[in-house]
Amino acid sequence: MFAETPFVRDKRRSETTAKWVFFAMAGSMILPLLLIVVFLFVKAAPSLRVDFLLDIPRRGMTEGGIWPAFVGTIYLVFISLAVSAPIGILAAVYLNEYARDNWLNRLINLAVINLAGVPSIVHALFGLGAFVYAARFGYSILSASLTLAIMTLPVIIASTREALASVPMSFREACWNVGATRWQTIRSVVLPNSISGILTGVILQVSRAAGETAPIMFTGAVFFKAVQKGDLFAYNLNEQCMALSMHLYTISTQVPGVRESVPFATAVVLLGSVLLVNAAAIALRAHMRARKKW
Amino acid sequence: MPSETHIEIRDLRLAYGTREVLHGISLDIRRNEIFGVIGPAQSGKTSLLRCINRTIDFSPEASVAGTITVDGEDVRGAKDLYALRRKIGMVAPLPVGLPLSIYDNVAFAPRCAGMNRKADIDAIVEQCLRQAALWDEVKDRLDSLGTKLSGGQQQRLTIARALSHQPEILCLDEFSIAIDPVTTMRIEDVLKDLRKNMTIILVTNLTQQARRLADRTMFLWNGEIIELGPSDTIFGNSPRDRRTYEYVNGLFG
Repeated sequence: MFAETPFVRDKRRSETTAKWVFFAMAGSMILPLLLIVVFLFVKAAPSLRVDFLLDIPRRGMTEGGIWPAFVGTIYLVFISLAVSAPIGILAAVYLNEYARDNWLNRLINLAVINLAGVPSIVHALFGLGAFVYAARFGYSILSASLTLAIMTLPVIIASTREALASVPMSFREACWNVGATRWQTIRSVVLPNSISGILTGVILQVSRAAGETAPIMFTGAVFFKAVQKGDLFAYNLNEQCMALSMHLYTISTQVPGVRESVPFATAVVLLGSVLLVNAAAIALRAHMRARKKW
Repeated sequence: MPSETHIEIRDLRLAYGTREVLHGISLDIRRNEIFGVIGPAQSGKTSLLRCINRTIDFSPEASVAGTITVDGEDVRGAKDLYALRRKIGMVAPLPVGLPLSIYDNVAFAPRCAGMNRKADIDAIVEQCLRQAALWDEVKDRLDSLGTKLSGGQQQRLTIARALSHQPEILCLDEFSIAIDPVTTMRIEDVLKDLRKNMTIILVTNLTQQARRLADRTMFLWNGEIIELGPSDTIFGNSPRDRRTYEYVNGLFG
């Protein structure tokens, strides 16, 4: 009765084949990451010391460390997210919780979607025109951060909306039914249950802000800036700064005679910081999920 | 038999876009009665409740015409919607434990209404959980999550929450479809008690439930009232409309 007929055998074989093809495609995702990491570490090994992170570039950037660029990137990422996260989250709350389906809100939605699709080089040009010249912030950390903020904003809005939408509608209706206002509902039920998703979305934008080169190159990142070794408060907002992504570009292409391991070590620091932040996001999400309330 | 009018509905029409779901219905619901509403799916029962507490406002495509008054006050022109909704307790078909503690589930509405003395809120929480026949099961773990209760317990928690803003009207929308018969019977006993203090609108798919509980019953079908009268008549052998007899006795089709 349960014997395998040829028809069933064929079905089983194609099932197995399909599964392995899909698995191979999914599994091959590990390979590039592994290759990149191993390749970088091997190439960077001669320069990888703690002092590489803390020291300033020396001998026309051919030796020494990357501290000014590292601090600069931290400045840019934090300031840009300090601007874009609150605006993005509040905008997403409006769009998801309050907005009715009318022409104005459809226009806002369209703007958000299209803003997400603007290439970073165009953001760079916009930042140059808007912040450096029109707003007279000059080539500065402020201009560069604001440009990055505009670039990360639509993605933060999208990820926040997704997190908000994952809170079941029935919770909101239950609150409205007992006479709660929308804001009371959002504050006591919707936000507490979507905050982990919202934060994850924001944190993932750290890697984007840290990695982009074009927007900051146009608006505030500089080739070289003299700062104290290990100084965490190396810059003012109205100054230009160095940044890891930009530094990587310049020492790889613009400066002759750089030790081969230096650009790779710079890349390891950039990748390492980004992966560290992403790992934090994943840990946060896992932690919040463990105490998921429904 | 209660007789004073509590909710008055005149020529109520409701359409979602171009699809009209209530075709101008008029009825009175009396104070302290249990008013049964029966009828097949899609006949407009839930929509009627949503018109009464104005949560229909959350469906932007809905358009309402006609008048509804509660205690003689116009509902459709109500300025303080939150006060209106606090006057009406609403229990949905599926139990909804908010992702808060059991205590906070019941304390939510009083807090939203501005009550902040711990002792007052404690009193309300205990009273409502007792009224919903849940107190004895949860009194030792009021700070555990409401969403972790069983389905039947969550439905009683939902009822406790619906009572927490001390409504004068309690609307139950097919409250028993997701819970077991024993819990259903316990809640039905609760309702018989509550009726001393409030008007109860009982929307149900179980015609026998309306027969057991309701003083008067309305048979709503395709957005029209087929028949409204004392439950004895509706469920008796000779309701005015033949369709009522057929629906109640399972011959409809």
